[in-house]
Amino acid sequence: MATFLLELVSPEKLLLSRQVEMATIPAAEGEMGVLPGHSPMIVTLRGGVIRVQENGAETERLFVGGGFAEVSPERVTVLADEATPLASLSRADAERRVAEAEAALREIGNDETEAKRDLALDRVLSARAMLDAAQAA
Amino acid sequence: MASLKDLRGRINSVKNTRKITQAMKMVAAAKLRRAQAQAEAARPYAERMEAILASLGAAVASAPGAPQLLVGTGADRVHLLVVVTADRGLAGAFNTNVGRLARARIRALEAEGKVVKVLTVGRKGAAYLKREFASRIVGEITFMGKKRVEFTDAEAVAVRVTEMLEAGEFDVCSLIYNRFRNVITQIPTDQRLIPTPLPEGEAAAAVGPQALYEYEPGEEAILATLLPRNLAIQIYRAVLESTAGFYGSQMTAMDNATRNAGDMINKLTLNYNRTRQANITRELIEIISGAEAL
Repeated sequence: MATFLLELVSPEKLLLSRQVEMATIPAAEGEMGVLPGHSPMIVTLRGGVIRVQENGAETERLFVGGGFAEVSPERVTVLADEATPLASLSRADAERRVAEAEAALREIGNDETEAKRDLALDRVLSARAMLDAAQAA
Repeated sequence: MASLKDLRGRINSVKNTRKITQAMKMVAAAKLRRAQAQAEAARPYAERMEAILASLGAAVASAPGAPQLLVGTGADRVHLLVVVTADRGLAGAFNTNVGRLARARIRALEAEGKVVKVLTVGRKGAAYLKREFASRIVGEITFMGKKRVEFTDAEAVAVRVTEMLEAGEFDVCSLIYNRFRNVITQIPTDQRLIPTPLPEGEAAAAVGPQALYEYEPGEEAILATLLPRNLAIQIYRAVLESTAGFYGSQMTAMDNATRNAGDMINKLTLNYNRTRQANITRELIEIISGAEAL
């Protein structure tokens, strides 16, 4: 089966760079499955899980906390804020992060700008996605 | 003339100094390797980010109402300099070089009648600039006590800069730091952050046709999240390069110090032996002339 190059980079390192058959990425407007030859796109990501398929089987699942992806017919580059393989996610960490994000959102209140509230809300959603991912793993 | 006892004391003290500088050199070499690896690991992200930004930014920059992070405020009056240095010294001219460049920039900008504000990252830069430009310093950030600088630390600096921009506190922002070329060479560099420099002319053409991309959500929404992240990554990269450069510089400085200490020990030992010989000769003369007088 045809493949394309999937690259997953976080600010701290290059996590993944190899030929895969399909990748499912958590785009801001819904999960997106990418096959080779996809039309060029730039999308933002929300917190969620990237699934990688090779040789007809799912080989890799990684949690990303948000970021961007650049899709072109022969290549997908995911710029993740942070990325952790599902197996090494810890539930306690995720729970703590949800609590922190929710506290931060409450603290913001109504007098702050909308952009700030959106940012805090995104953090909460991303943290919840991490918790879900940790539970599923 | 110093007595034998004094000389012995000095030789011992220089030997101790040499032991310390040698140990510091070893430590710096080990940390340099780690810092270099970290700087290299951060490179792919920064490169991909640049590519996306180039293809996106060119399309949006000319449109009215483009984000301030991309095009600036349009004015050119207040300059913010983010000066990145190390938190510690004993690294040769490392911190001084950045400080000197920053000072030259401040002088040049003020001569043009611009207002200058300084945000220092790292303790040494703050100490250096405080003597002359205390009134221009608007903030100090240090990573003291951190074993390694994380991306979130750089992000905090970027957030600070963004907030200042939104509050209209400056028009143009540049970053001054030591670029790491190799272990012996660090180049003090002045890099513009806001307005974001975009490749122009041929370079922009090389990026390829931008209209091909589909954006989800819209271009502005993507840019709004991409720009702060880009700012953070630029700062992160500067901090990492500066850290690697610091250890490189410290290693060289300590190597020199070790060698100098060695030279000094040789000189002092020579001096010590000469003095000892002189003493013996003198005593002999005294004995012989005493015996002859009888």
